[in-house]
Amino acid sequence: MQALFCLILFVVISLSWASETQAKQSEIVAALDEHLVAIDTGFSGSKVLLFGATQGEGDVIVIVRGPKRQEIVRKKERIMGVWANKEQVAFNDTPSFYNIAATGDIDKLVDENTRKKLEFGADNLRPYIAREHRHLDDEKKQIFWQALLRAKKRDGLYADTTTPVRFLGNRLFRADIEFPSNIPVGNYLVYVHLVKEQKVVNTQITPLKVSKIGVEAEIYNFAHNYSFLYGIVAVIIALVSGWLASVAFRKK
Amino acid sequence: MNIYLPIAEISVNMFLLLGMGGAVGFLSGMFGVGGGFLMTPLLIFIGVPSTVAVATEANQIVASSVSGVIAHTRRKNVDFKMGLMLLIGGVIGSTSGVWLFSALKALGQIDLVIKLSYVVFLSIIGGLMFWESARAILRKRSGKIGAGKLHKRRDHSGWQHKLPFKMRFRRSKLYISALLPIGVGVVVGILAAIMGVGGGFIMVPAMIYLLGMPTSVVVGTSLFQIIFVTANVTILQAATNQTVDFVLALLLLIGGVIGAQFGARVGMKMQGEHLRILLALMVLGVCVKLGIDLMLTPDDLFSLGTGGGH
Repeated sequence: MQALFCLILFVVISLSWASETQAKQSEIVAALDEHLVAIDTGFSGSKVLLFGATQGEGDVIVIVRGPKRQEIVRKKERIMGVWANKEQVAFNDTPSFYNIAATGDIDKLVDENTRKKLEFGADNLRPYIAREHRHLDDEKKQIFWQALLRAKKRDGLYADTTTPVRFLGNRLFRADIEFPSNIPVGNYLVYVHLVKEQKVVNTQITPLKVSKIGVEAEIYNFAHNYSFLYGIVAVIIALVSGWLASVAFRKK
Repeated sequence: MNIYLPIAEISVNMFLLLGMGGAVGFLSGMFGVGGGFLMTPLLIFIGVPSTVAVATEANQIVASSVSGVIAHTRRKNVDFKMGLMLLIGGVIGSTSGVWLFSALKALGQIDLVIKLSYVVFLSIIGGLMFWESARAILRKRSGKIGAGKLHKRRDHSGWQHKLPFKMRFRRSKLYISALLPIGVGVVVGILAAIMGVGGGFIMVPAMIYLLGMPTSVVVGTSLFQIIFVTANVTILQAATNQTVDFVLALLLLIGGVIGAQFGARVGMKMQGEHLRILLALMVLGVCVKLGIDLMLTPDDLFSLGTGGGH
């Protein structure tokens, strides 16, 4: 904690020093206490501390976006009594994770235009429908997109509410960004925006990596890079443990 | 204490997994069944993706069958020649089963097919077992002990005796077409790949009633076949779908081995019919739960599947 305090102090000092030389560029400075969310054997979710300082008055909006990927939304229909997947729509370049934090109510901090343009709030994310589904009518696209947002929120991967960013004194701010246990691995980006009079005046982007480490990473990589060999090893382990069990319990 | 499973990619309580392994192991020791048909649905109930549950359970069955087969080999209860024929069919069936599994996964229908297969097979097996053991109990009560135990002469006029490629199986004292055990093997192999079971619950009745094998060699021989078929499923699932989680398999295994020992002791003290009727009720319970889940209107008709990460 002391190291952290020193770091914050350092940030503030360098900020005030920088503000004299470069007026506009660093009106907001932020950093994360860790640049890696490590998924190890005991992983059950994690918290990353974001802290920083602003120059002068203003509000802060923080957006955390996970790596983009294709998501397929499937709709169930009742077929002969059971519910089965029928129609599907694919969306490209969808953030696998989305979280938002702010010093206040997003709707009051910035106008609707800005919210839409900068995708503030999961509901303002723009859908990138896959080529093969572009011909569908807008209403259907919208229904499937809303279903994707719902499913992501249900899984805890898209924020349903805004995490608070707290000011400590006038210029220092901090926020605890939570990551659930089911976060996808990959390269994340943290956007820290400074807002003044309904306008975003400055933005800083910080990378964050979510990665499996240690045994978890080794097993996962082994299973994906040498999958055939992994299968053989899994069988050998099973054969040996089955044999061990029969030896152990015969003696009794 | 939670543990993050590297392939299933979920965080689960370690003691829950050990306990589940123990409970299913206890039941399999008590009833003398593999337990795959109980464990796979249980894993799905706690949130393990069904594709991972099926492939991982195949891996666990390899281990539990090995200890079983060792015991049976010592008592010379394995017909290796018959086992080999079943195995040929099993490899064909399980290889095409894994291929089918991947195809269904790409179509987004694998979950439904896994659950439907469970509902169909569990209801048939559970129903038959319940009927048979309830009748046995009623017969005993009314005093006609052993009336049904008339030894029937084996019928040699059925269609199964007109098939070509006849072969002699000394250990089973049979002279039948090799196509029969190969056919049984194919069916069981497909089930092993899609349902994550050893398939003993299908194979054992088929061996007794269809092939006419003596009951003494049935269990040992089926276990022998199950080892190789589930090993084949494990390797192929790992290679094509990357869905085998050996951390999960190992945890289930530890619980299972210990549970099975206690189960076997309890099982020896209970009467056969009572044991079977209990197992039948359990099988039907799992079946009803899966069936209701498929028929009830889901909270959200839409679900998410990942096309592929970048």
